[in-house]
Amino acid sequence: MAEEQKNVTPASDSLLEVHHLRKCFPLKKTITGKVTRELIAVDDVSFSLKAGETLGIVGESGCGKTTLGRAILKLHQPTSGRIFFEGQDITDYTSSQMREIRKKMQIIFQDPYSSLPPRSTVGGILSEPVEVHNIVPKDQVKEYVLDLMDKCGLRSYYYERYPHEFSGGQRQRICIARALSVNPKLVICDEPVSALDVSIQAQIINLLKRLQQEMDLTYVFISHDLSVVKFISDKIGVMYLGSMVEFGAKEDIFANPLHPYTQALFSAIPYPDPDVKMNRIILSGDIPSPANPPKGCRFHTRCPHAKEICKEVTPEYKDYGNGHCAACHLLNE
Amino acid sequence: MEEQLKNNAPEANEDTDTPLDQNVRLMSPTRMVVRRFFRSKLSIVGLVMIVGLFLFSFVGPLIYTQWGEIELDESGKTEYATAETTYTVNGVEYTLHQTTEKSLKDNFLAPPSAEHILGTDNEGYDIFVRLMYGGRISLIVSFIAVFLITILGVFMGGIAGFFGGVVDNIIMRVCDVLICLPGIPILLIISTILDASGIDAKYRIYLLMIYLTFISWPGTARLVRGQILSLREQEYMVAAEAMGYSAPRKIFKHLVPNVMPQLIVQMSLSLGSMILYEATLSYLNLGVKAPYAAWGTMINIISTNQDILQNHLNVWVPAGICIVIAVLGFNFVGDGLRDALDPKARR
Repeated sequence: MAEEQKNVTPASDSLLEVHHLRKCFPLKKTITGKVTRELIAVDDVSFSLKAGETLGIVGESGCGKTTLGRAILKLHQPTSGRIFFEGQDITDYTSSQMREIRKKMQIIFQDPYSSLPPRSTVGGILSEPVEVHNIVPKDQVKEYVLDLMDKCGLRSYYYERYPHEFSGGQRQRICIARALSVNPKLVICDEPVSALDVSIQAQIINLLKRLQQEMDLTYVFISHDLSVVKFISDKIGVMYLGSMVEFGAKEDIFANPLHPYTQALFSAIPYPDPDVKMNRIILSGDIPSPANPPKGCRFHTRCPHAKEICKEVTPEYKDYGNGHCAACHLLNE
Repeated sequence: MEEQLKNNAPEANEDTDTPLDQNVRLMSPTRMVVRRFFRSKLSIVGLVMIVGLFLFSFVGPLIYTQWGEIELDESGKTEYATAETTYTVNGVEYTLHQTTEKSLKDNFLAPPSAEHILGTDNEGYDIFVRLMYGGRISLIVSFIAVFLITILGVFMGGIAGFFGGVVDNIIMRVCDVLICLPGIPILLIISTILDASGIDAKYRIYLLMIYLTFISWPGTARLVRGQILSLREQEYMVAAEAMGYSAPRKIFKHLVPNVMPQLIVQMSLSLGSMILYEATLSYLNLGVKAPYAAWGTMINIISTNQDILQNHLNVWVPAGICIVIAVLGFNFVGDGLRDALDPKARR
């Protein structure tokens, strides 16, 4: 298996490719260090992303969205699988090799309160990465940072201020500015708007869209808010219990959701009109523990259409035309 | 849905326009701490005590130049000794009264006077002047020791907390061992070795301070490690990791500045205990040796002569008061800083 994986070559036109990515966290270890129980946070996820596209990743809490995002950045070392960035296999890069890649891939966090260091000024936060990665000559750093702040909708006199002086939306702008300070190509947005209130959410999302056009960015946009994902994404990946159950272009997925979980998820999108009758698919039961996932299809415990085969055999993740992939036995009939 | 998002949220960001005017400056965290520090009367008292002692020790000798640290008052002193001897010769008792007048070179144990503000000690040194020089030694030594302890403690604690695992285990076990070592007995041995090696009395206290650093850094290292263990899980450290910063930068530029509040408190409190330690050492004759002055050695004089303890309070009480002022001062400042830096006590 490992041999096979190493021979995978990425498609030439993709910026990011993920092949069979798996990340397990050990729960219990014997004295000798052998893992006896583990939590499978991300299980066998594959996708590819072209430059300039936005991939939206949706799924409920605890389904491994954040772990996937961090594993792509190698903030978690993947257990197995391959990650290709610009055609390079970065899976086994050491942290010093990663340092060069870091300025091409960045992350924006969910919580703008805890993701800014409390004891530096905005200017300090933004100029540090510029200086460390030698983005511009030393004497132009301040100018560069002020320009960046302007792009992200921050006033130039915020330069001397501390993060605690700002509101959530402004802090998220600082986080965005920090991520963009090194001129990245790929930005992982890890639920960047879910800690903000709705009016600010819209501002931040519009800012992200504008910056994407200006700076030619590629986003992996992690969210549980389907309307946000629908607005910003080109491609959508739906995750359930660590694995990708459906993946495809936004239009295909919204027009024709294949997987029963996706169908249930989309039926839950609230529509701002009380007269529209919604056909909600209500899922029963809770999401199973990723430390002890069910056998066969992971969704079979809650799937309204589950059959005998679903309890025994793990469904294959297959392309059903036009890059629209899903993993479900029902589709083979 | 897309249309709605666009219509409801014009790109002009309203939230950045409203709350803060350009001229309004909120205070930096440091300035807030300084303000809260000065709100407490006790910490001001502590600060005044310490500043006073500093001026007394370092500026004092420059102004009051009448006597030097090891300058004997050789103005002389006459001592009278009376003796009575009784003889019995042929049944008749004779009593012989004899008074000897002894002229001595040094004016020792002089009472306070205009010439000697606090009198002289048993050798004839001016006590007031020696108090100032003794303060220099005590303050310099405790500052050096605390400085070294902090550097070593932050370095080791930072590494242990940041890397965790085996590195953490090794450093923490070394700390445990050092904490178990009994300080004073080992000090006695070192002091004897220093005596035998004939190192100048002036420098031995610094060597002893290096030893003190060596046995005291585990406390600071543990404090720093504990803080860093919790801080390194913060999201801004994940952000630093994602930025590709090097480990030293992450430890010393991102983590240690956030430990500074606790560290400053620890430093100011241990300054007090170092002064106490230095006084103990000098009192036990392990630290500064005659003829140089330290507060501890000045108190130690009482062990030579019971009479001084009872009848010459001016010889040893001032040194004791100085030690009390220094320790109290540093503790007041330390407590004040702790309250000022505690984010939960914010008013």
